[in-house]
Amino acid sequence: MLQLENVTVKVGPKVILDDVSAAFHAGKMNLIIGPNGSGKSTLVKAASKQLTFDGGSVKYNGNDIKNMTYQQLATFRAVLSQQTEVAFPLKVWEVVMMGRYPHFTTQPGSRDEQAVEEAMKYFNVWPMAERDYVTLSGGEKQRVNFARVLSQIWFSEQGQMRYLLLDEPLTFLDVNFQYQFMHRLEEFMQKNAMVVVGVVHDLNLAARFADSILLLNEGKVLVQGTPQEVLTPGNIEKAFNIKPEILKQKDSFYISF
Amino acid sequence: MPFSRKYLTIWILLAIVLIVVFFLSLSFGAIHINAREIFSSLSNYFSGEALSLDERIFLDIRLPRAINCLLVGASLAMAGVLMQALFRNPIVEPGLIGTSSGAAFGASLYFVLGATLHFNVGTWTLPIAASAGGALATFLVFVLSYRKEKSQSVILLLLTGVAVNALCLSGVGLMSYLARDPQARSITFWNLGTMSGSSWNSVIIIGVSTSLCTIFALRMTKSLNALAMGESEALHLGVNINKLKISVIAITVILVAVATAFVGVISFVGLIVPHLLRLIRGSDNRYLLLGSALLGAILLSLADLTARLLLAPAELPIGIVTSVIGVPVFILLLRRNQHYF
Repeated sequence: MLQLENVTVKVGPKVILDDVSAAFHAGKMNLIIGPNGSGKSTLVKAASKQLTFDGGSVKYNGNDIKNMTYQQLATFRAVLSQQTEVAFPLKVWEVVMMGRYPHFTTQPGSRDEQAVEEAMKYFNVWPMAERDYVTLSGGEKQRVNFARVLSQIWFSEQGQMRYLLLDEPLTFLDVNFQYQFMHRLEEFMQKNAMVVVGVVHDLNLAARFADSILLLNEGKVLVQGTPQEVLTPGNIEKAFNIKPEILKQKDSFYISF
Repeated sequence: MPFSRKYLTIWILLAIVLIVVFFLSLSFGAIHINAREIFSSLSNYFSGEALSLDERIFLDIRLPRAINCLLVGASLAMAGVLMQALFRNPIVEPGLIGTSSGAAFGASLYFVLGATLHFNVGTWTLPIAASAGGALATFLVFVLSYRKEKSQSVILLLLTGVAVNALCLSGVGLMSYLARDPQARSITFWNLGTMSGSSWNSVIIIGVSTSLCTIFALRMTKSLNALAMGESEALHLGVNINKLKISVIAITVILVAVATAFVGVISFVGLIVPHLLRLIRGSDNRYLLLGSALLGAILLSLADLTARLLLAPAELPIGIVTSVIGVPVFILLLRRNQHYF
């Protein structure tokens, strides 16, 4: 379980996250939504020890993040962000192998190579292993990064719970890749015990894939619960300032504006 | 099949070339020394027998100079690899964060005001003045670009480097203006770089510092690889970014300041060498660091041979040789890497 307890983050006098408490459970697709500037990315940054916060605590399986080094954290927690550019010409497999860096000191072992190969096959980038990362298209690059990030937590180390944080990883992808990735992620979650917390923009995507949704507004938790509980016309209008229409169809539902 | 890069082949090839070039640079110069004389001078030295003039020249001048070329070339090239990885930019040179120009200012202060201020501690004075200048200028760049709230910004660091470089160079200019003729000549000569002052003293100092720096730098290559994807990605892969930055800058300052202190300003080695290696076999920093040490040693030895032989028996400053080769390569790099700006 990933737990945020009264987390407060300020930048200068501005409060970005205001006393946020939330719990994210294993085996569930936990998605975070909210309008621009509501603190979604900051929440992921706080949870991944990327910034220091002004109050509260983040706990992985009950252990305070303050007592963990970046190296320790990296062995069981991976983070995927919007877009990753590399500064030098690197081959695709070299980029994916970076996901295994927390697990070896100088040379990758056979386990690392196995994780990289399996993750690359899982996201269908194995055929481009020898290509230069810089020459890939945006969609191909992001698939390579999915493979890199999942290779980081491909195996559970000594039964340790694994965590995957997603910071709007689907933003620059077309709709086909978005759904492909979410399906692959769902599949991976079914086979491996792990905690997934992801920020997404698209409310319909959240409605379709989330087990639990956290709606942030102005740095505060507006509501956390199932898609049916969270995605009500009242909540959406309050956060996004636009009146939605909810279309129900059997057990799925759609939001239209 | 991925996962293999065959770095070892490149390293071995470079090492063989290095040995050949080393013997060339031992043999050629104002006087020619052949292989038999090299061995006789070494055996005579170790058995304590009297040495001929040629053998003395070889042992006291030629040999330390050839070794220094290897050490300084390796230092400057490795510093280039480290800086480029840290700044995530293939056109960065150690000179950009003030180290070289600071050292030049320190040296020119010594040349002009050393006698007046009675600042003199023997043969060590110039190296000390230059190292102090280099370290101070780098420290200044670092402090001025430091941000308490946020993490270090590379652009801020580079622009501060430009400003501090300008300040140091105007300091060098002022000293040249104040200097009398022989002092001004010393400043000029030192700013152009020369291997002719190499002694066993300098070999030992540069040798120890370069070896230590290499060992520490090798331990950072994996983290520097991760940094190629940006600071936050490296952080997520378990790299302590701030610690890494400080260590890399400290190692670079030592590598560049110590070398510069003894041989003067030699530019573009740190730029050309890593670039050539990237063309051969990619950007893995572990490969680049050791490869640069070898190729840097080779290229600087060749540059020194050129400097010695082109106008023999007179000598060309080695900095001029490296600049004549380096500037076109630099411009080519700028034009080919426009997407990095």
